[in-house]
Amino acid sequence: MSAPTPTRAAKKRPALLLAQFESTADVLHAAEKVREAGYQKWDVHTPFPVHGMDKAMGLPDSKLGWIVATMAIIGFCSALSMYYFMNGVDYAIIVGGKPGFSPPAAVPVYFEVTVLLSAFGTVFGMFHLNGLPRHHHPIFESDRFAAVTDDKYFISIEAGDSKFDVNETRGFLENLHPTHIELLEEAVS
Amino acid sequence: MGYHEPLTEIGEFPLVQPGTTMRVVTETVAGVTENPAPKGWWMLFAVALSFLGIFGGTIGYLFWRGVGIWGNNNPVYWGWDITNFVWWVGIGHAGTLISAVLFLFRQKWRTAINRFAEAMTIFAVICALIFPGIHVGRPWLAYYMFPLPNQMGIWPNFKSPLLWDLFAVGTYFTVSLLFWYVGLIPDFATLRDRSKTQVRRVVYGLLAFGWRGSNRHWQNYERAYLILAALSTPLVLSVHSVVSFDFATSLEPGWHTTIFPPYFVAGAVFSGFAMVMTLLLVTRQVFKLEHIVTMKHLDLMNKIMLVTGSLVGYAYAMEFFTAWYSGNTYERYVFMNRAFGPYAWAYWAMVSCNVISPQFYWFKSLRQNIPLMFVISIVINIGMWFERFVIIVTSLHRDFLPGSWGYFHATIFDFCTYLGTFGVFFTLFLLFIRWVPMIAIAEVKATLPEADPHFSAAGTGSHASHGSHGSHGEAHGAAAGVHAAAHGVAE
Repeated sequence: MSAPTPTRAAKKRPALLLAQFESTADVLHAAEKVREAGYQKWDVHTPFPVHGMDKAMGLPDSKLGWIVATMAIIGFCSALSMYYFMNGVDYAIIVGGKPGFSPPAAVPVYFEVTVLLSAFGTVFGMFHLNGLPRHHHPIFESDRFAAVTDDKYFISIEAGDSKFDVNETRGFLENLHPTHIELLEEAVS
Repeated sequence: MGYHEPLTEIGEFPLVQPGTTMRVVTETVAGVTENPAPKGWWMLFAVALSFLGIFGGTIGYLFWRGVGIWGNNNPVYWGWDITNFVWWVGIGHAGTLISAVLFLFRQKWRTAINRFAEAMTIFAVICALIFPGIHVGRPWLAYYMFPLPNQMGIWPNFKSPLLWDLFAVGTYFTVSLLFWYVGLIPDFATLRDRSKTQVRRVVYGLLAFGWRGSNRHWQNYERAYLILAALSTPLVLSVHSVVSFDFATSLEPGWHTTIFPPYFVAGAVFSGFAMVMTLLLVTRQVFKLEHIVTMKHLDLMNKIMLVTGSLVGYAYAMEFFTAWYSGNTYERYVFMNRAFGPYAWAYWAMVSCNVISPQFYWFKSLRQNIPLMFVISIVINIGMWFERFVIIVTSLHRDFLPGSWGYFHATIFDFCTYLGTFGVFFTLFLLFIRWVPMIAIAEVKATLPEADPHFSAAGTGSHASHGSHGSHGEAHGAAAGVHAAAHGVAE
């Protein structure tokens, strides 16, 4: 029944192939080739956002705006209902002969709460769309990858991609003239 | 937009000194947090800590004895407390202006100073928020300001500008903090990837949220940054407008004017830029950042101070005109009293500091004179403090009934509270420049010539011909040609 204890190496499987490039132009043109080859689960890693890369990768537009718009509406409505409940229903303070709930009298509050919730939507929505925080990722196994936050550029193709084949994909990446290619593995869970 | 050489003929300039590569940017900025602190930092930190001690002592005594230790009296109910509050909030505005408004206007020169200015915003707003908290007399009841359920079953008055102020400054602080943090994530990742010790690796790693420079992430990140800038721009204009409503919606002569919101916003930007300048000149010197924060940056900031200082001068003149033109006796009296009454010294100090001193900046040689700009930046900060003092105290000390006129004398505790907030500010600021990348590494890199995919190190002549004005497609095709040529050379 019991299988022989596998070695540490045997418990690993390929996670992604990582190719390193030295300039923005090189990585941009390589990204266009990867897109044309039809890969889906792949990514470009750069120290700063490279102009034109979204187009080169063929990415659809970010969905963040919809999250923010939703949060803005929620913010406006919650400010208005807070005022309505607090000064209109629960505890009316009559100032200047106005009714307890007098919508035009608290516009700055609606504005501020709208902005506040929109900003929460922007930041936490961005984290949600990006799947961050994520402190464990096979890509961090590479020692070279530390330079991605300095002055190097990388393309990664994940093993989960339907077109991925360790040898074929490596050969494909070699044709893009990277300065280095490496196979990163992850533990089989 | 393709890469192009800066056209000096139309006033374009390189954003960093030529020869500054990506590696140099990383090393310079990250190095500040990694190398031992220079002696200058320790000296400043010791001074800041002693002021922080003054703050702790004064606040402790204030809580023990109550606000009677200040000079506030009847009729001057608001003295230095609210003066300091308005002054500190105003300081913060330049940070948001630089990070958000200049971002929307695609002013790429902001990248060298935006992180710095945003940090200044956050610490200045912290200092500002101290004052409403402590001036209520019983700080353990400060939560009455918030719309929270309480044992008396009452709610705050939403028609009161003081409540609007709470929402405005609270939102401003929160959004500024989020904006700052979002900008910091890629730079924390840089520090994480360079860290030599386990502690740094863990701390910066946690702060970086596992950032891996993914372009799929950058896409959402850039959109988030753009939206935050778009939210912050009206927000920053609203904050000092709402602060000015605290005054403008009252019936007090000298306060009850419609010019207040724009006048306060211009003054806030003015004083904020002066504070950024003071801090930047010192930091640039101590940490040797002259190749990233260039003379051109300082020159542009001085121009903004000239504009906003003149706007403030216009507002002072217009206040006088309106008081005269209104024909209102009380209004006229307040302004005559400001300029020629018992507080004339404060009024003319304000005018000399705020209106006259920035006029030196009409001359380019003076805009690029570092000792002069250091002095003027401090003079402007003093002048803007006097502006708030003049507005608050001279209006209150003589209003309608001569029987209730008075005079405000500041006490030693007023001085110490104010000086103490400098301790809070500079302690936080010095810790920031020591442990956090004080220049936005990723943003500066994105403005370097080599960051542009159309840049070719093979020869600057080749891309000058296709220039910057083609459509994206054209420039792209041409750049591909340049790239191929460069590749050929390499092989």
